[in-house]
Amino acid sequence: MVERNPLLSVICHLILILGALMVGLPLYFTFVAGSLTPAEMHQVPFPLLPGDHFTENLSIAWEKGDFTRVFLNSLFVTLGIVFGKISISIIAAFAITYFRFPFRMTAFWLIFISLMLPVEVRIIPTYEAVADAAGPLRWLLNAVGIGPVLQWLAGISIDATMNWSLVNTYSGLIFPIIASATAVFLFRQFFLTVPDELCEAAKLDNTGPLKFLFTILLPLSVPNMAALAIILFIGGWNQYLWPLLFTTEKEMGTVIVALKNFVPVGDSEGGWEVAMAASLLVMLPPTLVILFLQRWFAKGLVDAGK
Amino acid sequence: MAATDLGMVEEGRSRSSFPARRGAVRKWLAPSESGLKRAHFRGAGLAAALISPQLIILLFFFFVPSWKALSLAFVQIDPFGGKAMFVGMQNFIELFTSETYRYSAWLTFWFTLAQNVLTLVIAGALAFATDHVIRGRYGYRTVILLPYAIAPVVSGTIWAFLFNPSVGPIATWLQSMGYPWDPNLRTTDAVILITLASVWKHVCYDYIFLTAAMLAVPQSLREAAAIDGARPWRRFATVSVPLIMPTVFYLFIMNFVYGLFETFGIIDSVTRGGPAGSTTTLVYKVYQDGFVNLNLGSSAAQSIVLMVLAILFTVLQFRAIERKVNYEV
Repeated sequence: MVERNPLLSVICHLILILGALMVGLPLYFTFVAGSLTPAEMHQVPFPLLPGDHFTENLSIAWEKGDFTRVFLNSLFVTLGIVFGKISISIIAAFAITYFRFPFRMTAFWLIFISLMLPVEVRIIPTYEAVADAAGPLRWLLNAVGIGPVLQWLAGISIDATMNWSLVNTYSGLIFPIIASATAVFLFRQFFLTVPDELCEAAKLDNTGPLKFLFTILLPLSVPNMAALAIILFIGGWNQYLWPLLFTTEKEMGTVIVALKNFVPVGDSEGGWEVAMAASLLVMLPPTLVILFLQRWFAKGLVDAGK
Repeated sequence: MAATDLGMVEEGRSRSSFPARRGAVRKWLAPSESGLKRAHFRGAGLAAALISPQLIILLFFFFVPSWKALSLAFVQIDPFGGKAMFVGMQNFIELFTSETYRYSAWLTFWFTLAQNVLTLVIAGALAFATDHVIRGRYGYRTVILLPYAIAPVVSGTIWAFLFNPSVGPIATWLQSMGYPWDPNLRTTDAVILITLASVWKHVCYDYIFLTAAMLAVPQSLREAAAIDGARPWRRFATVSVPLIMPTVFYLFIMNFVYGLFETFGIIDSVTRGGPAGSTTTLVYKVYQDGFVNLNLGSSAAQSIVLMVLAILFTVLQFRAIERKVNYEV
């Protein structure tokens, strides 16, 4: 604020109120719709005040979507993604910045390339990779000749025994997406700003690399990890395409996939009030995260973009 | 190489990790120093162990599938577990001559562009206003950020409801105004609807970046401009805007990426690509052709086209980040 300018202030407040309404009104209507009876939904004009069936619709939605199960699924998968991504990225970044070893830059570029192709682009082959996770291993064993040898020695056929499909498993929902170039870069950027003296001091004290990582580097990275964890939590909870493809059984689905079944397909079909109540339930956890951890969240987003 | 004076405290095995041989082989194998800490450890084994989880997952779920996607694009496969037959560029020729694919590409272009510009303009106005407001700033910000928490599918569901021709509050209001709104039948309505839902979901992202960039504009520059007699709008246009331009450029690219790849959930919950394929964007089409119609060859060829786009945007994104760094004051 350089000078006082009442007119400008009023205009700015108006713009912001308009923006807040733009965001808030759809959410308010969601709430109103979620609190009506099916009959009330068809009123014209649409009621502006909420009805008194909110809790009832919530419990119908909870029952219909088997939310006890899918909420646990979502929670489990999301936390798995958050912890998995952060831990494998932080050690990879540690290796890249703190170790001198052959092919260091090759490894760096291999990770870098993965940034270029979002999941959406390679849907089908990735699905195949998950449905047949042992495929590459089997191919490798056969190619180097271990497969035939094993068949001859022990009578074990690799093609028959090594067959794991990760479809409809938690591993299938978590593992394929925990490799993250963004997270590696984020930690790499941070490690590069850590003073060299810390590592020199650690080495003078004869501290091994792992001890250095756990006692010095990790405590220093906590703010970065927290910010990244928030972004990853929201992203993990809200992802759709992946669980849609890799869960064919309803019990293994996530809340987002379950919500899709609530949306009425035909024009005249009812059920919107329950769908809206279910929407509110589904968006609740990430919304709480944003509301209570807003400062961290903004930091994480801007950092991850760099 | 300042690290060598600490070499004596390093454990012995480190020395064997890299033989000191001269010549071209060594030069080629020599680990590059870029992005390496001056004080660092040796021990290729441990480093390999630390980096391998990431690389193994990438190998299994990224490199192998990407390679398969590449090879699938040049074959024709019988969907019922049949044999693969090499057909060369056939899949691509069919793709580019296909009327529906060309429509889809055209739609994706206009949809992402409209979404992009609308998002930037709205977020820009909001960021400008936030920058000038002191009271209530936190409250406004909290509300405007909310859609970030909401999944594309959820926001799609909400917008599908609001504009549902038989029960949606906004749709019934539009109809009472005499506009025959029906996204289930009318193509334009469907396209408008997915654009609005995508913008609503994405404004918060641009807003966060723009407010952060505006905060970073040095107060001294604005004060100097004010002393020279520049009014708020002029200060914004001649001092702030040039300084936040790199961020705007970055967001312009990120918005394209969002529109291309991340609107799948919105489209799937609002229109399912309909009516009659009129809102089938390129990513939605890959999914439909591959998973619903089981046309694997064509779907793989489409994946390749998207790969090229994704690589292009990644390169641009990094350009943008470089520019952002260069402009920093």
